[in-house]
Amino acid sequence: MTQAHTHTLKSYDKELDDLRTLVSQMGGFAEAQVRSAVDCLTTRDTAMAERVVAADRKLDAMELELERQVHGIIARRSPVADDLRGVIAALKISGALERVGDYAKNIAKRATVLNQSSPIRAVGILPQMAAETQRMIADVIDAYVEADSGRAIDVWQRDERVDALYNSLFRELLTYMMENTRLITPCTHLLFCAKNLERVGDHATNIAEMVYFSITGVVMEDVRPKGDDTSYTTLDPNDPERYGA
Amino acid sequence: MTAETTKQPTPAAPAPAPSDLSTAADRPDVKMSARDVHVHYGDTHAIKGVTMNVNAREVTALIGPSGCGKSTFLRCFNRMNDTVASARVDGEILLDTQDIHAPEIDVVQLRARVGMVFQKPNPFPKSIYDNVAYGPRIHGLVRNRADLDEVVETSLQKAGLWDEVSDRLEVPGTSLSGGQQQRLCIARAIAVNPEVILMDEPCSALDPIATARIEELIEDLRQRYAIVVVTHSMQQAARISQRTAFFHLGHLVEYGETGALFTSPQQEKTKDYITGRYG
Repeated sequence: MTQAHTHTLKSYDKELDDLRTLVSQMGGFAEAQVRSAVDCLTTRDTAMAERVVAADRKLDAMELELERQVHGIIARRSPVADDLRGVIAALKISGALERVGDYAKNIAKRATVLNQSSPIRAVGILPQMAAETQRMIADVIDAYVEADSGRAIDVWQRDERVDALYNSLFRELLTYMMENTRLITPCTHLLFCAKNLERVGDHATNIAEMVYFSITGVVMEDVRPKGDDTSYTTLDPNDPERYGA
Repeated sequence: MTAETTKQPTPAAPAPAPSDLSTAADRPDVKMSARDVHVHYGDTHAIKGVTMNVNAREVTALIGPSGCGKSTFLRCFNRMNDTVASARVDGEILLDTQDIHAPEIDVVQLRARVGMVFQKPNPFPKSIYDNVAYGPRIHGLVRNRADLDEVVETSLQKAGLWDEVSDRLEVPGTSLSGGQQQRLCIARAIAVNPEVILMDEPCSALDPIATARIEELIEDLRQRYAIVVVTHSMQQAARISQRTAFFHLGHLVEYGETGALFTSPQQEKTKDYITGRYG
């Protein structure tokens, strides 16, 4: 949907513009939900958490509206080439953003539970993860709106940092749980929150691939090195090699 | 903890275009080949050095804005431009291994092997039967009436018209509906055992249902023939063809697999035309 030349049918241009605007609004809203959800955890604000949960409905409604617009464009305009790629990308991106919203909602729900027990130090990594994923969402949506494939690649590369933060938190929480079994419940909730943020990063990466294809017409092949297998390692608390005798 | 290597996206390489250097002469899957074809009408340079292959058992669509040369180019494949006094065709066109401009080529025979269907259905002012029987008769393809009956029936069947006209073969072809007339013209082209069928906007005078029937027929016919279709409807090109060629101002701008051309055209001009940003 690059705007090198305008369509002979001006109303078609307007429909494509409206679609881009809606994707951009969804991106902004999903990003804000992620930030608010993590704020609920760090500030221990349960009322805010309830507002985040309720606000998710708005994102669902935006997705439905976007789907309606995409159906209309496909039925009436028969888009091809970059128009087609852009319209399909909008549809797929909205699905991914709706999922991002669900993750934010899930974090907010867990915040209401976590706020009832004493705070855990490891919570500190979450705002960092949230900030990272939030910027990824913002940048990848900008890349879509501005048809900037370089920016999409940049976002795609940044997912590693989120994964690294997640792995670091994972190890830390495991240690807490082994030290103090009473922390298993809150730590598990925190771990799910972190996993949610890690998934948000994955969705931003997927969106980057969609945006890249939409702009260039070329599929970006994933050759991400899998450098860390922390999440897949089984731990034996009696292993003297790892944890001492 | 962090991965040691920075990940790098590798854009998947687009599928390599089939070599354009081989022709119908050395590739069995290629039915006709045009090499550096130029057409002049008097001082007008209508086709400017077009090189492309037409594959066997495929529908090739030629698209482009009015006056881009697509119909002129189509007419090169069976030397229809010979009938225009001011036209001059340069370059080589092969049908299998044969140069269609070679002196030994009989143009009437060539046009039986490379048949043509026009924009407006143009049945002869004769019966349905005689419309189809005319070609086989003049080309001496049949020995007796029984043979001829069989050719007429199979041709009408292949053109998807038999069931609608089998009980009234003696009525004038011109009394049929537009869509039926066009299928009659296709039956007439098929009756002389062509190898290639050229179609110049075969559906532009038909309603959507008659158009759908012709499109279905084209899909069916390509199992036996190479088909080249000129069409103003990009949706039609997208629906019926395996390969699409985009012409602009006498140049072949882009030629490729239809799905790829309509999803990720390689040329800016193609993109602007098919997305409706042209002009």
